[in-house]
Amino acid sequence: MTYGIIQIVLFLSVVLLLVKPLGWYMARVYENKPCGLDRILGPVERAIYRLCGVNPANEMGWKRYTVAMIAFNAAGFVVLYALMRLQGFLPLNPQHFPPVAPDLAFNTAVSFITNTNWQAYGGESTMSYLTQMLGLAVQNFVSAASGMAVLVALIRGFVRRNSRTIGNFWVDLTRSLLYILIPLSLIIAILLASQGVVQTFKPYPTATLVEPVVVDGNSFAEQTIAVGPAASQIAIKQLGTNGGGFFNANSAHPLENPTPLSNFLEMLAILLIPGALCYTFGKMAGDTKQGWAILASMVIIFIGLLALCCWSEQKGTPQLVSAGADLQASSTQSGGNMEGKEVRFGIFNSALFATTTTGTSCGAVNSMHDSYTPLGGMVPMWLIQLGEVIFGGVGSGLYGMLAFAILAVFIAGLMVGRTPEYLGKKIESYEMKMASLVILLPIFLALVGTAVAVATKAGQAGAFNPGPHGFSEILYGYSSATNNNGSAFAGINCNTPFYNITLAIAMLGGRYLFKILMLAIAGSLAAKKFIPTSAGTLSTSDPMFVILLISVVIVVGALSFIPALALGPIVEHLMMIGR
Amino acid sequence: MMRILRQAVACIAVFTLITGVIYPLIVTGVAQLVFPRQANGSLLIDNGKTVGSSLIGQSFSSPKYFWARPSATSPIGYNAANSSGSNLGPLNPALTENVKARITQLKAADAASKSLVPVDLVTASASGLDPDISPAAAEYQVSRVAKARNLDETKIRELVVKLTKGRQLGILGEPRVNVLELNLALDNLKNK
Repeated sequence: MTYGIIQIVLFLSVVLLLVKPLGWYMARVYENKPCGLDRILGPVERAIYRLCGVNPANEMGWKRYTVAMIAFNAAGFVVLYALMRLQGFLPLNPQHFPPVAPDLAFNTAVSFITNTNWQAYGGESTMSYLTQMLGLAVQNFVSAASGMAVLVALIRGFVRRNSRTIGNFWVDLTRSLLYILIPLSLIIAILLASQGVVQTFKPYPTATLVEPVVVDGNSFAEQTIAVGPAASQIAIKQLGTNGGGFFNANSAHPLENPTPLSNFLEMLAILLIPGALCYTFGKMAGDTKQGWAILASMVIIFIGLLALCCWSEQKGTPQLVSAGADLQASSTQSGGNMEGKEVRFGIFNSALFATTTTGTSCGAVNSMHDSYTPLGGMVPMWLIQLGEVIFGGVGSGLYGMLAFAILAVFIAGLMVGRTPEYLGKKIESYEMKMASLVILLPIFLALVGTAVAVATKAGQAGAFNPGPHGFSEILYGYSSATNNNGSAFAGINCNTPFYNITLAIAMLGGRYLFKILMLAIAGSLAAKKFIPTSAGTLSTSDPMFVILLISVVIVVGALSFIPALALGPIVEHLMMIGR
Repeated sequence: MMRILRQAVACIAVFTLITGVIYPLIVTGVAQLVFPRQANGSLLIDNGKTVGSSLIGQSFSSPKYFWARPSATSPIGYNAANSSGSNLGPLNPALTENVKARITQLKAADAASKSLVPVDLVTASASGLDPDISPAAAEYQVSRVAKARNLDETKIRELVVKLTKGRQLGILGEPRVNVLELNLALDNLKNK
């Protein structure tokens, strides 16, 4: 217990300590100022522009920027889909996996270009090394960079005055990859390999079991151990808040997350960039307090929900106790609800990972959320439903939170009867319409998707657990897909045409409509003139605004989802304690 | 429009080369050079034979071995080519039945044990491959293993304590005992 709290404090301290240096560095990268690495990688950057026929000085308006982003993602989709369909004929397939089925390949390709990494397949039993490395891992990089590019464009919208352009997509993409994502991934990948994450192209090795296993009269004397080029992919899976596991069990797999230290690094990698981008935002907007205010709101909600999750999982269920299990935490066991958790992580590191991965749009898991207690499992689900803004995905989390900030200043403006302003830009009806759509659209898609699934035979067939928990699995699934998280109540049987297609639609809608609307806001803001701060301007960097922003996020999330949550985790909790 | 498409295709080609070929090859090169044991799966070799991985659990059911946690992988437990948790919800009757059956099994193997069973020993892990049990779960099994091997309990307990890993760097994670390493050490104890 004490050690659990010490670990959480240590983790959050390290994250917060790194916010300023990394945030400052990223601001240099996006403002095209010398950042150190450009001395080595500058020639590579220029070579990329030459090869791709890009003139980095060419600025784009928001529409052109959007088209470039979508064209790039579409090209990525085609490559990834083709790789999966053709993997049987391609090299680096030592386990001789057949081509991926069309509906599954479609779902997976959509999932990875949208930075969701929802997985209706088990990595080690479906995907060849080539598909993982050349397809999935590449999208881990570029989908994250696409999100960062959109954020930078939005920040420019706030910063620029009377401007028709918001930057060049190819430049933002290239610089995100070359100066931020690739160097950080290299460091994390090698640290992970030191802890025991595999990185090899050899076929799966076979071990002779110490004690042969006999099941139904059949004796098994060997264990085949899935390996592969995992460390390189897992580093960017965490850093890019992608979350698609190399192995089926994701970061619960001992070869994907072998030690408490690798677990610490993987959690750190999730929050590192989304946290630091808040500072980048403040720095580029010319007032770092603005970034800290946003970050403070995120951290406060994060800690509150983390505490609920830890408490509920440590308490466990009366069902486990009455069956005869000892759930008491002591110096020799973590106790609590250990179903679906790993001994090396125990309760606190599992709950901390679950909160981290769902507050951001990562979706990697080191424990099975489906087996969480009702309230413990509601925490990750609700964090997803809040719109992935508690740190959020790389880029996408902050631009989502900025939509909430726009809503917050609008509500504050209504109270005092003034035209709302944010960072010196008037927030008018166009921005408000777009920001409202940004906030309402994922809620709509998640709830309608769930409704369709529970109303149809094909949808109902997916539920694995009986009762309200089966409903929770479906609700979690559509919430996760729409908000591009990618984690699941993984018992759900979702590798069916119905789920593969409807969830893909949810992912596409959640990702691209969201991004297009944010870029529209960026374009509109960039064209506006700057209004200097006056005595009547609402401060957006003081504690009052932090409270206002937290309230808006919580109220919108609660009003939208409490009715649905009441049918799932809340009623399940009542059933649990009522017995 | 055509120009944007051309740029998109060129960009995806260039970045596939950089992040999909060059980057993983650098990581593979460094990992294989500096951490060859870890990069290849931390395999355990005993008398020239691969007997498992120090990071991947195995099933044990004989009373003379320490038992690992229940595993939900299919078709058999601890299938390291198909990791998976049980995904049973907290109120699923199947979960309660599994836990009860496991407790019955543990008590049947050691009539002397009457205490509550440590929770990790009766619940399935997230990966189905958890190599560890808690020190409490190891202690619970000491008397059974000692009886089955005709050894003194203190001798077994000494070995458990010796192989118990504390929190990493003194802070991180949970104390734990690697079941495969413990059982291999037990077998070697007998050989001496």
